[in-house]
Amino acid sequence: MTAESLVFFFLAAFAVTTAVLMILERSPLVSAIYLIANFFALAALYLLLRAQLLAVLQIVVYTGAIMVLVIFVIMLLNLGDETRARVRIHPRTAVTIVLAAGFLAEIVCAVFARGGAAASVQGHAPDTLGTVESMGDALFGKYLLPFEVTSLLLLAAILGAVVLARRRG
Amino acid sequence: MDVPLAYYLCLSAVLFAVGAVGVLTRRNVIVVFIAFSAYLGSIAGQALVFFVMAVAAAEAAVGLAIVISVYRNRQTVNIDEINILKW
Repeated sequence: MTAESLVFFFLAAFAVTTAVLMILERSPLVSAIYLIANFFALAALYLLLRAQLLAVLQIVVYTGAIMVLVIFVIMLLNLGDETRARVRIHPRTAVTIVLAAGFLAEIVCAVFARGGAAASVQGHAPDTLGTVESMGDALFGKYLLPFEVTSLLLLAAILGAVVLARRRG
Repeated sequence: MDVPLAYYLCLSAVLFAVGAVGVLTRRNVIVVFIAFSAYLGSIAGQALVFFVMAVAAAEAAVGLAIVISVYRNRQTVNIDEINILKW
């Protein structure tokens, strides 16, 4: 058990716990705060995977921008706790859990059936894999076209959001 | 001894499954959105993750605009009451 795998298991447990708490929580605001905690754990996991730039972007983009937007909307709409369904275990909930569990089992089986289960991530990745420099090289070289298309997508999203949320009249 | 790749894949599978349960069981559009974001938080190729983040940001902006506009018209964000498109 190296220090790295200890850190991994700690972060993984933290991420799964906050994710489960997030979907069990009835207040949207508390739910959003659990999700922010989850994002911090994911950012730390990205660091373990030698993705330094993505770890920073995860915090800046998700926690800094998207979650602030989500929390802003929750407060703007003044949402209270969700009304609890009359039946404790709704049939829809049971079906969902069964489907999600089946899906999870399928993925885990696929992962181990590939035979690469023992392959280590860190063994192959150089420490400079996810630096700003190498990400920049990739984004402005090999992935230049998708990068430019992304800027168009963001422009369309900005215009769409403004048009949708604008008050009629 | 490093952390095997399979552990990371299993962790993202678990997070994805939790997100799927969240999307399909919650009654509130906002929480569905939060669950969707957790859903996209899987670990993949770095450039791809970069584009996923950009798309998720766009999706969150447009989605929340739709939520605001639905709330303005219907005074509710309960997905059981927003059913006029349902067959």
